[in-house]
Amino acid sequence: MAASQSYGPRPWTFYVLAALFALFVVFLYGPMIAVLVLSFQGPSASLVFPLREPSLLWFDELFNPRRVGDVVGAFNRSLPLAVMVMVLTVLISVTAGFAFRRRFKGSTAIFYMAIASLIVPGLVLSIGTLVTFRYLGLPAAWYSSALGSHLSWALPFGLLIMFAVLGRLDPSYEEAAHDLGATKWQTVKEVVVPIVFPGMIAVALFGFTLSYDEFPRSWLTVGSKNTLPLEIWTMTTNVTSPALYALGTVTTVISFIVIVAALSSIAVIQRKRSGRT
Amino acid sequence: MTPAPTANRSLLPTYLQVAPLTLVLVFFFAVPVVLVVIVSFLKYQMLVGIVAQFTLKNYADLLFNPTTWTLYLSTIKFTLIVLVITFVLGFWIAYFLVFHVRNLLTAIGLFLLCTIPFWTSNIIRMISWRPVLGREGLINSGLMKAGLIDQPIDWLLFSDFSVVVAYVHLFTLFMIVPIFNSMARIDKSLLEAAVDAGATRWGVVWNVVLPLSKTGIALGTLFVVTLVMGDFFVVTVMSGGLSGSATSGIFNDLQFLNYPRAAANAVILLIIVLLIAAAIFRLVDVRKELVR
Repeated sequence: MAASQSYGPRPWTFYVLAALFALFVVFLYGPMIAVLVLSFQGPSASLVFPLREPSLLWFDELFNPRRVGDVVGAFNRSLPLAVMVMVLTVLISVTAGFAFRRRFKGSTAIFYMAIASLIVPGLVLSIGTLVTFRYLGLPAAWYSSALGSHLSWALPFGLLIMFAVLGRLDPSYEEAAHDLGATKWQTVKEVVVPIVFPGMIAVALFGFTLSYDEFPRSWLTVGSKNTLPLEIWTMTTNVTSPALYALGTVTTVISFIVIVAALSSIAVIQRKRSGRT
Repeated sequence: MTPAPTANRSLLPTYLQVAPLTLVLVFFFAVPVVLVVIVSFLKYQMLVGIVAQFTLKNYADLLFNPTTWTLYLSTIKFTLIVLVITFVLGFWIAYFLVFHVRNLLTAIGLFLLCTIPFWTSNIIRMISWRPVLGREGLINSGLMKAGLIDQPIDWLLFSDFSVVVAYVHLFTLFMIVPIFNSMARIDKSLLEAAVDAGATRWGVVWNVVLPLSKTGIALGTLFVVTLVMGDFFVVTVMSGGLSGSATSGIFNDLQFLNYPRAAANAVILLIIVLLIAAAIFRLVDVRKELVR
């Protein structure tokens, strides 16, 4: 116990828990790796191992709209949508995070509304958003109703991250900048943003991925054209070929590019900062 | 919450800062939920759709239909099983990362390793169990090759088992992160003090770590319970349509465009979820823990 302080020999619980952790990681990644490998399945079209005659056949198939639905179109909607949600989530949750540093009337109500928005079942909200748009006579579409329902899910996450980030931003830094003669804008640019920036990247990562992968909240709100997760959902019932796995591989690779870009830029910033001080 | 530098300036900028968030939440959360509640009390007529006439029939239909009860019971069963498994896993994994991994960078790296799948597609992660659990999947073929079984095990995929596996796969992270967060704030000297005072290793976990991780456990429970209760898609894909969930009824009604009854069912689900959330918020002051 408290081994981290005393640095004695590791207790036996360390090895038990390390084994548990390793098993958990295998459990997390194993199936994903299986899909990754099987997406290179050859023309045998077998959905299970072994991998026979590895090929890129199913990736080719994927982008051939006559065979498997409108995958390209779904990408062309999902990516812009995710980028829009990402930008709006960063802008809105960062500004709102700053508002919550002060006490104001209604802050409790807004806070609980955000939490409720987080825990309300996505399907319920999907129905509600569709009914709202019907009632207003507006057509449901990925860039309007789906954008809104994605935001109602991504913003609370962004807000919670901003709470954690701003909790570490000591107001005395801003006071010091002010006392040293910085203008308001200079204070924000030179003091606040550098401290908050890694948190903003984290918010962006959540905004992008939550929207890009969101299913329940998209389900009724995208209108007549599917986003990617809905396209995959349709494919799970229609397509019985490794094309489904190929699509899984492509979407996962895109997610990974975004994750790596976000995490490595946070790491670079942190390293630069620790190098300077 | 931290007071602003000059506490006496006007609140107008603050309200402007919080306005976009409030607008989005009102239009895409509050209004939709209110409309769902209103529609749930309206009449449904075949071929016509929603008729603007007050009725309690939608609720009566649901409450006197044994299927509703079966579906809700099945959902509660899944929720409890998944809650126990994710809690045990989440608690010990967070404990391992916080108290056993000595190097902070290693701990952060391992923590990210658990987090990364969260940022990838849930549907793909569900589908990825097919080549593992299926009749000709990795587990069955492995066991057959090892000579442990003659026949493939049928209940691995498209069963309650695979539903639970997928839930645990998708949602354990929602336990790990808040519990990790709570544990990371525990002053390590408290544990040493407990040991010095003669506490056993188990006693330290039970009497010091567990109570101090209360908030994280509460938040994790909130996430897991609401995610499982509100799920339709995991249970459908992973049970192959064999098991239902509370939301299956909603799905069926929507396919027949019976919005009022779907809405009534959604309201019932919402009430249950909010009651659970309220109970958790009563136990722990989540806001105090988050905004500080």
